[in-house]
Amino acid sequence: MRLTPELARWQEVIEQHAKEYGLDGYETIFELLSYDELNEVASFGGFPTRYPHWRFGMQYEQLSKGYEFGLSKIYELVINNDPCYAYLMTSNPLVDQKLVMSHVYGHNDFFKNNAWFAPTNRKMMDEMANHATKVRRLVDRIGLEKVEEFIDTALSLENLIDRMSPYRGSTRSVPNKNEPASTDPHRLPSKDYMESFINPPEVMEQERARREQAEEEKQKQSMPRPERDILSYLIENAPLQSWQVEILEIVRSEAYYFSPQGMTKIMNEGWASYWHQKIMTKKVLQDDEVIDYADTMAGVISASGAALNPYQIGLALYHDIEERWNTGRHGLDFDNCSDLKTKAAWNTKANAGREKIFEVRRHHNDITFIDEFLTEDFCHRHKLFTYGWNPQTQQREITTRDFPAVKEGLLRQLTNAGDPVIEVVDANFNNRGELVLRHRFEDSELEAPFAKATLTNVQSIWNRPVLLETVIDDRPVRYRAEEGRIELENID
Amino acid sequence: MVRRIEQDHFRFREIVRGKIKSGLKKYISQGELIGRIGKKTVSIPIPQIELPRFRFDQGKKDGVGSGSGEPGDPVDGEPQEGEGTGEAGEGEGQHVLEVDVDLDDLAKILGEELELPNIQPRGAAEVESSHSRYTGIRQVGPESLRHAKRTYKNALKRQMTSGGYDPDDPRIIPIREDRVYRAQKQKQEPQYNAAIIYMMDVSGSMGSEQKEIVRIEAFWIDLWLRHQYKNIETVYLVHDAAAKEVDQHTFFHLRESGGTKISSAYELCQQIIEERFGNDMWNVYPFHFSDGDNWSGKDTTHCVNLLKEKLLPRSNMFCYGQVKSAYGSGQFKRDLDQHFGQDERVITSGIPDRDGILNSIKDFLGKGK
Repeated sequence: MRLTPELARWQEVIEQHAKEYGLDGYETIFELLSYDELNEVASFGGFPTRYPHWRFGMQYEQLSKGYEFGLSKIYELVINNDPCYAYLMTSNPLVDQKLVMSHVYGHNDFFKNNAWFAPTNRKMMDEMANHATKVRRLVDRIGLEKVEEFIDTALSLENLIDRMSPYRGSTRSVPNKNEPASTDPHRLPSKDYMESFINPPEVMEQERARREQAEEEKQKQSMPRPERDILSYLIENAPLQSWQVEILEIVRSEAYYFSPQGMTKIMNEGWASYWHQKIMTKKVLQDDEVIDYADTMAGVISASGAALNPYQIGLALYHDIEERWNTGRHGLDFDNCSDLKTKAAWNTKANAGREKIFEVRRHHNDITFIDEFLTEDFCHRHKLFTYGWNPQTQQREITTRDFPAVKEGLLRQLTNAGDPVIEVVDANFNNRGELVLRHRFEDSELEAPFAKATLTNVQSIWNRPVLLETVIDDRPVRYRAEEGRIELENID
Repeated sequence: MVRRIEQDHFRFREIVRGKIKSGLKKYISQGELIGRIGKKTVSIPIPQIELPRFRFDQGKKDGVGSGSGEPGDPVDGEPQEGEGTGEAGEGEGQHVLEVDVDLDDLAKILGEELELPNIQPRGAAEVESSHSRYTGIRQVGPESLRHAKRTYKNALKRQMTSGGYDPDDPRIIPIREDRVYRAQKQKQEPQYNAAIIYMMDVSGSMGSEQKEIVRIEAFWIDLWLRHQYKNIETVYLVHDAAAKEVDQHTFFHLRESGGTKISSAYELCQQIIEERFGNDMWNVYPFHFSDGDNWSGKDTTHCVNLLKEKLLPRSNMFCYGQVKSAYGSGQFKRDLDQHFGQDERVITSGIPDRDGILNSIKDFLGKGK
């Protein structure tokens, strides 16, 4: 449904304010939906048309329950697309609608201007509809059960992409076609009469054998360098039928489309919250709406339990950056100043804050954002801590409030958008066509039942055995999936 | 208009249904559903419906949070991944999904899985008027309810018989007498009443595991019978050497000790049937669970007589479930089988352990009585 005349008027007003503040987004189209329609669209991830799949139905069931029981309610739903689509719920009071609209203009600006969104498809609405058509056609041709089963398999691999590949020139590494290296062992320089002592023939022979073997191993290995885009690796190398390739391509392209949203959660929500706060409090809020606004705002930025709220942390960081660049509290001089009084009163009246946050929203993603702008002071003011599992008490406990540890923990949590890094390292293991995946272990283990089920899915696509190297209880181990069975092997 | 999500939602419900069906045996033997019943639905945990993917072990994962507290203090609340809001929309679910299923649906699933026949009720049905529908026809009524097709037909018939019909100019003009209107018709559905009388031996030899088995079995029997009858009364009796009527909670939790005199329960059962369910309108289902030990052979003979003369003529069937216990001799089932082996109205079933519940339910309800 189109906006009511009143809401349409407010959209104009808010859009005007957003422009004056320097926000620059795509054309924004708001749709007014009932809660049920909103739940439907939200189940589809914001798109009115997706390919048929039960998972959307499950999402819908959960959203509807959550809303009917009063547990949750969707506030904003905005699509990275040109034009930018956003949805409002009919039953919301006007003050909430204004807040959501302002928030949406923040997101819209972020989608358009943040560098990490640059490679995303801005005609995704159409693309999603195309995917739906393709899949429906496949269902007609191949049959619902088969297609659905394969989509299930494909979706379980949807996070096996290389999130950085859209930002590199070429996505694929070129195979190394170098000549085999010489296997002649390295000789130390020696005088003739010393030769048999300095380069003893038996050692030289051993060395030659070792080198030859190493070279042989290298030749056997089909992978010149690890590949993180496992989906694309499978598309190109697994024995698939064309309709299966089509489905994998669809899943992969949607995964890449959503990827930047996972990489910029804190920044994106922080940015939108910053702007709805600005526009509401400075421009469009009316006196009698202040209490309701404050109530909603408190809900948006409150922490639920101990978990970090990206809205809150992001918003606070932008404020902190703005403040620091307004007063010049950054850089070497400020950092090196050891006099606390001087530091507390530090103000160069630089007033470069607003400019700075616009620059930040253009260049950074969550990792670089935290790495660059999370200060010790901020960490203490916002009472950040790290927590860990204590096996003795069987509960999660605060481990430390130490700044470097908190920052490191936060960065680790954001790495690869919170997914484990898994890559293909060998496609011809043991010279038997076995695929080897490696989990780049940092300090968190994979969840075993899920890992096994996912590995089985990879195996069903690869057809030959698939191995996964990971670490369990500080021991390097290897799962082997073969014909639907999973075994755990030690790596010596 | 059919909304797009409905197809996916339907498919999801279908998958859930399939999962419940294939896991029914497990759900039955574990008895975990009993604690999850709401008024009309039961919340069933469905494992493995979430698509698997490589991810970190959520329980052991370290993380960052905010709030007060000293190092070593427990972190309250479950850290959540992925807000429900936001543009990604690809929210993470829980490990085990809980799905609400209508009790009626669950009964249907049970029926399909065990291939239970629908019950043929006996006795006179009490008449229950259900909602009225516009299926009737009458001569007068509001124009908004005019039955256009029939009115046209009437006019056509009249014109043809009176010779006013011209095939070259087929104009049909209804007059007052042609008009007919839709009318409400009360649809009347017969309805049957049923009474379930659960009797349980609570003597010393019936341990907590035995009672749990009875509890689980009673739950599923209840579910099925409630699906078959709209009006159901349940009565709970416990007995050791003497019998008494108790409420549901006491029935499943009471622990008595002492000897067992089964006839005491049958006598009380018979008395209750006469008093409350005496007329023909009731379909009576006595269920008796015991470990098969009785006081004496003489009492068993008394029981057999009671069954023959009093209980069976009044009941649809009589079900005896014998739960295996460490101390029970299991003699009573043999005695019943000996006396009623040919009688279809008496069903006996041995329940060796939890896994036997499913078969026992089928024994009892598989006859469609």
